[in-house]
Amino acid sequence: MATLAAPAAPIAERQPTDWTTQAMRSRIAARYRAERNFRRLGAAALVIAASFLAFLLFTIVRDGWTGFQRTETRIEVQFDAATLGVDPAAVAGPQGQALLARADYQALLLKAAEQLGPADDTLSDAAWMELREALMDNPALLGKRASLWVPVRSSIDLLAKGKYDLAAPAESRGVTDREVSDWRWLEGKGLLRTGFNTTFLFGADSTEPELAGIGGAALGSLLTLAVTIAIAFPLGVFSAVWLEEFAPKGRLADIIELSINNLAAVPSIIFGLLGLAFFLNFAGMPRSAPLVGGITLALMIMPVIVIASRVAIKAVPPSIRDAALGIGASPIQVVFHHVLPLALPGIMTGTIIGIARALGETAPLLLIGMRAFVTDVPQGFTSPATVLPMQVFLWSDDVQRGFVEKTSAAIMVLMLVLIAMNSLAIYLRNRFERRW
Amino acid sequence: MRLLIAFALVLGLAGLAYLAGRARGNRMVTVAGGRMGAVHSRPVYHGAYVAVLALAPALLVLAGWGIVGEGLIEGQVLGSLSAAERPAPGNDSEALLNEVRGLVNGDLPQAFNPLAPRLAPVYAAARSNGDLLASALAVALLAMGGLWGWSRLRPDFRARNRVETQVRALLLVSSVVAILTTFGIVLSLIFESIRFFQLVSPVEFLTGLQWSPQTAIRADQVGSTGAFGAVPLFWGTIFIGAIIAMAVAIPLGLMSAIYLTQYADPRVRKWLKPILELLAGVPTVVYGFFAALTIAPLVRSFAVALGMTNASSDSALAAGLVMGVMIIPFVSSMADDSLAAVPRAMRDGSLAMGATPSETVKKVLVPAALPGIMGGVLLAVSRAIGETMIVVMAAGLAANLTANPFSSVTTVTTQIVALLTGDQEFDSAKTLSAFALGLVLFVMTLVLNIYALAVVKRYREAYE
Repeated sequence: MATLAAPAAPIAERQPTDWTTQAMRSRIAARYRAERNFRRLGAAALVIAASFLAFLLFTIVRDGWTGFQRTETRIEVQFDAATLGVDPAAVAGPQGQALLARADYQALLLKAAEQLGPADDTLSDAAWMELREALMDNPALLGKRASLWVPVRSSIDLLAKGKYDLAAPAESRGVTDREVSDWRWLEGKGLLRTGFNTTFLFGADSTEPELAGIGGAALGSLLTLAVTIAIAFPLGVFSAVWLEEFAPKGRLADIIELSINNLAAVPSIIFGLLGLAFFLNFAGMPRSAPLVGGITLALMIMPVIVIASRVAIKAVPPSIRDAALGIGASPIQVVFHHVLPLALPGIMTGTIIGIARALGETAPLLLIGMRAFVTDVPQGFTSPATVLPMQVFLWSDDVQRGFVEKTSAAIMVLMLVLIAMNSLAIYLRNRFERRW
Repeated sequence: MRLLIAFALVLGLAGLAYLAGRARGNRMVTVAGGRMGAVHSRPVYHGAYVAVLALAPALLVLAGWGIVGEGLIEGQVLGSLSAAERPAPGNDSEALLNEVRGLVNGDLPQAFNPLAPRLAPVYAAARSNGDLLASALAVALLAMGGLWGWSRLRPDFRARNRVETQVRALLLVSSVVAILTTFGIVLSLIFESIRFFQLVSPVEFLTGLQWSPQTAIRADQVGSTGAFGAVPLFWGTIFIGAIIAMAVAIPLGLMSAIYLTQYADPRVRKWLKPILELLAGVPTVVYGFFAALTIAPLVRSFAVALGMTNASSDSALAAGLVMGVMIIPFVSSMADDSLAAVPRAMRDGSLAMGATPSETVKKVLVPAALPGIMGGVLLAVSRAIGETMIVVMAAGLAANLTANPFSSVTTVTTQIVALLTGDQEFDSAKTLSAFALGLVLFVMTLVLNIYALAVVKRYREAYE
């Protein structure tokens, strides 16, 4: 029996690691420490991102919630026919309302403001509208006295809301001593109250913060989005259907696919340049119009809809198509009777997300002139209009202090709508999405 | 307005055409003894065939008139003036025509230009004639198309196949819109840029260090030489979008993705992920407002506390920080995808060898996912440099070539907005330069995107 020759020198046998030594213990402790630190770092990154969002929302709400309120003061108004410049007999006649609409309320207000004594310059420039509204609602007031709540100037409004730091020196606090003393006087007499600001929700833009509203911009957004949806939804879905179901493999399909993927990544402002150069300067379409804005945004969000629709169509199992084809449906019937209805939840989700993007978009609309100062609600698809995010941009540019809360309040409305849209998209996805 | 009525009328008539076609289809079935199989196509297809033949030409006419009509009318209105009275083309003509339009629509009680009241009836007549003519033509074509289609219906007429061919054509045309849009963008940018480069040399534009686009209105004006060296703009764009924003977004986005995929409890993940994604859903104008109103003063007081006396209130740092936060969800979701694509065996192997999760992430997952993460970062950069509202609202207009994050820099997108809003004379180098900047931006983002997508694709293939 052959014996193995013993090695000349014994190989240093590797001993199992002694985990109890001080060196190994501290090494493991260090590794665990590094592990914990890394984990904390990850959590910290998330916390930083989330707290930034929380901070943003907090500042917006803190600055903005008062934008939904306005401060009003009570005045006694003597609806004197002579000051108004109307004939009481004619008011009773058939033209009465028209006469009342044209009467001189400014003079009436000027007279009524005298009772505010030292604070007679605190009423808003549009306070006369409240008088007109009161009288037109109730023509019997003519010649009688009435007690009315009318809006005050923006500076008084902000003072009442505590937006100024009164401890600061007069030159840096942004409000004059006169305004402060006026406010103290009104406050002392108990003539101020805080009411809900309906003008803000339903009115149009104005140069006076207390009169500015988002109603016009909201309607502009609605008109613009109507155009966007009418164009982008059918085009996007049809493109997706063609690419997924009918496109023959080849050059054309590749080019289209490449175009869509590139368009999805083109900065939004480039679409604004396209709108300016092509729709406005070349085709001569009207500036600032929801029509042009809608078309531009439609081109911008179309790739989003195409990509989402393609995913949804692709997810419909081939067996459904085969079954329908097998019982004699034509390819078009297969798509429109079976594939599209099954893919609809996914398509709708993508479309809503695209529309939400269009609703929050500002840059391309800046270039096609939708930053017009529009003091009336837009009249139609071709008349000048502005949109909600643009209103935010315009107000944020305004130097008047009163617009800060208006901007934040407008952002709150915009964000609420966007969150509602995104929640709807998520709900649709969870409720109707089917997994095969 | 009248055009809208014509449009509604055409749609209504097409609806009637559909009903007529369908009724004829139904009758053919009845004649055949109520047997569906006796007629090739179902009645709805007969209806649809007639409706399409009626509608398509009429819509083309109306759409064509809607696009070119205003231009033709304007030509006619201005043509009615004698050569001496005619205002110069461009802004003067446009202003006059706007007044005329205002008078005709009743928006304008009185015109400033004495010519306007005279032109108003001409305009009104041209508009009503044109609208009437276009509507009449549309209705005539509708009737012809509809009748012709209706006359072709027979029991053996393959109406369904015809309609399906038309639907396929519609699908194809819809897809081609994407190509047309791309072409439209490229052509309009190139066309206007060429006009700009006829005024300013491309070399000066791409390498010049001086940017002051104010061109002199009067010849003797001081200090408005109109320098178009765009390098400070490119630097500002890269400084804010690719350096400061990425310094925020890459660590935060990457670490968030790692935490969410490797550590977070599924329940926590379910809540945290949408919150992170909400950051991407906030409109950029809101970020801009926040950056300008809240972050910029903080950054400024920080700089002052550091001892900088001339700290700018529209610093690069404020805009870059906020933009970085906006980009976080983008980086995070790209990193998430890349980490998820690393084969599970690699992760399990590392853990089985005794590596801690963080060692696995640092030494195995991230190196393996690096190409994908880099691709995602490049996509994020391309998004950041194209971002407009944050920099318009929070970054400055001064074209400084500086690396100090507390000073003001300007970006390509800020300048495009500044050049194209407000008072502008068309065809001036100042206005046209915006399109040259747009072209540069377009090419930059396109190259970044194509390259990034290629990187991501190659990386995915490596593990498949």
